[in-house]
Amino acid sequence: MSQSFQDSPKFLTERLLRDGYGGTLAEYRAAGGYEQWRRAVTSLQPAEIIDLVKDSGLRGRGGAGFPTGLKWSFMPKDSGKPHYLLVNSDESEPGTFKDRLLLEKDPHLVLEGAAISAFAIGARTIYIYVRGEYVYPRECLDRAIQEAYEAGLLGQKLFGTDWSLDIYTHPGAGAYICGEETALMESLEGKRGHPRPKPPFPAGYGAWGQPTTINNVETVANARPILEHGAGAFRSVGTKNSPGTILVGVSGHVNRPGVYELPMGVPVRTVVDQVCGGMRNGKALKAFYVGGSSTGLLPAKDADVTLDHDAVRERGVMLGTAGLIVMDEDTSIIRATRVLADFYDHETCGQCSQCRVGMEWSYQIIRRIEEGRGHPSDLKTFADLIQNFSGGKTICAFADGAAMPFKTALLHFREEWEEAIRRANPQMADSPSEEPQTAGT
Amino acid sequence: MSEQTILTAELRQEFESLCERYPDRKAALLPILHRVQAIHGCLDRRAQQEVADFLGTSAVEVHGVVTFYPMFREKPIGKHLVSVCKNISCDLMGSDNLLAAIQRKFAVQPGETCTDPSFTLEAVQCQGACGYGPMMVVDGHYHENLDAAKAVQILEDLKA
Ligand SMILES: Cc1cc2nc3c(=O)[nH]c(=O)nc-3n(C[C@H](O)[C@H](O)[C@H](O)COP(=O)(O)O)c2cc1C
Ligand code: SF4
Ligand code: FES
Repeated sequence: MSQSFQDSPKFLTERLLRDGYGGTLAEYRAAGGYEQWRRAVTSLQPAEIIDLVKDSGLRGRGGAGFPTGLKWSFMPKDSGKPHYLLVNSDESEPGTFKDRLLLEKDPHLVLEGAAISAFAIGARTIYIYVRGEYVYPRECLDRAIQEAYEAGLLGQKLFGTDWSLDIYTHPGAGAYICGEETALMESLEGKRGHPRPKPPFPAGYGAWGQPTTINNVETVANARPILEHGAGAFRSVGTKNSPGTILVGVSGHVNRPGVYELPMGVPVRTVVDQVCGGMRNGKALKAFYVGGSSTGLLPAKDADVTLDHDAVRERGVMLGTAGLIVMDEDTSIIRATRVLADFYDHETCGQCSQCRVGMEWSYQIIRRIEEGRGHPSDLKTFADLIQNFSGGKTICAFADGAAMPFKTALLHFREEWEEAIRRANPQMADSPSEEPQTAGT
Repeated sequence: MSEQTILTAELRQEFESLCERYPDRKAALLPILHRVQAIHGCLDRRAQQEVADFLGTSAVEVHGVVTFYPMFREKPIGKHLVSVCKNISCDLMGSDNLLAAIQRKFAVQPGETCTDPSFTLEAVQCQGACGYGPMMVVDGHYHENLDAAKAVQILEDLKA
């Protein structure tokens, strides 16, 4: 067995791997919990923390991989306005279920990380936006928040200083789009979750028009280990451009699906064969979505790709949330694509016509092909449609996200689509369309 | 007065403290709607109007929010809510079999309500349990690593 992934530090999950760890405040503190929070408030300057996080190379774990320290540095200094940190716990990207592990099993890590992050950006209020379905994870958080207040770790005049911090959880109500940062702000304000055009960017004009930073749960959780072990220790794991560990959520046809903290840069092949005990029922790997459905899929021959931002981008896909969805040889790519098209059609907020119409039309086409009623022109129409709604033409990145699984399914499994159409049109002589497809453009 | 108010004095007090968490009380809308739906069974016009009045906003605005979010409903449902995930990871693990078995056993289609046990069935998008599929949510409680037989048994056990 390769040692690299097993010996790598578990910055986020070391406590969870211990027998009997229950995630209570007492247990968390016994493991050094809230010491970095105390240190931040009593002896560090916000700018020092931002520099440290910049040095660590931490990149956002919510999907886009934006450098976290840089994002924090966009927040105004001495603005005299209230600043907000919004922790994104909407976690609705298909194949993504890793934030939930932290919320349920180690909520104080999330709170401590969020508290340090808030201090760095000058925010005295944190809202943790938790998807509405996560009733139990939100209860775990609420209980932990209560414990932290009672212990004087949250509230007014913390550790004898003038610093104060309030943390509240806020429930969503089942809309995927509310994970998009500007939709999240609208939703938090009590409105429909319609993404806002950018600019203005949240650091200048965010929730209630005030300077705001939005970060993923796993991103903020990393603030504690970075303060505790230092930027160098963090950088010693992972790759140059993708340092640290990442929570990889593996689902689909493997023997041991689940959430694993792995060094960035681990090969997909290692994750499937070694971490997850191989493919179920001895089947062969056919394809995998790299990091949630909106990142796109790769065929089995690309399983040597390593899970870091640069390596996956070279193959035309994205790292996203590292929600690895594994499909065996018996999987129909057309069916998988239809299931996702149904999802995107259901979740488009409808503001942009290309997106609204594109999702519905895509679903109709795929469905027709799957049911053996595909038309010879369908693949060309589908490709044109994707072209029409992708490439940054819409208010938010939802439509580009939807384009990824569609494009990559057409690119890597062309024959499967053509075969289905040929079967529906026995009179056809040749390939249904000559248009070559390109992914990741 | 014949019509009892949904927002009792107690509830109003609870909601006031929710409002205090935000710089603008309208932000308490989602948590309030969740709570009212849990108590009242659904968010009908009357509930929407009362919430709007409480927050100092219009019923039209509240209606816009209620209809945007999949978890909110304007009409009552069965005694229980059963949501089967149909998204990609669960589909790969056979969520369609699960759904079909439930439909057959209880003669109910997604979007419909059956009587004994009384539940409303829905097929939903990813619930954040992808590694533990197929799965379903019963009244907010996650049931994971299911198969058709286990799912049917869980629903049988809902019988009064
Ligand atoms: C359609 C859509 C859905 C998203 N859903 C989520 C989500 O559920 N959780 C999340 O953390 N980020 C989500 N994002 C990314 C956020 O917009 C934002 O980039 C992220 O929360 C920033 O945090 P980070 O810098 O820590 O990654 C989504 C983006 C889009 C376009
Ligand atoms: S791209 Fe789609 S989801 Fe995003 S704002 Fe436009 S319509 Fe809404
Ligand atoms: S796909 Fe079913 S829980 Fe994510």
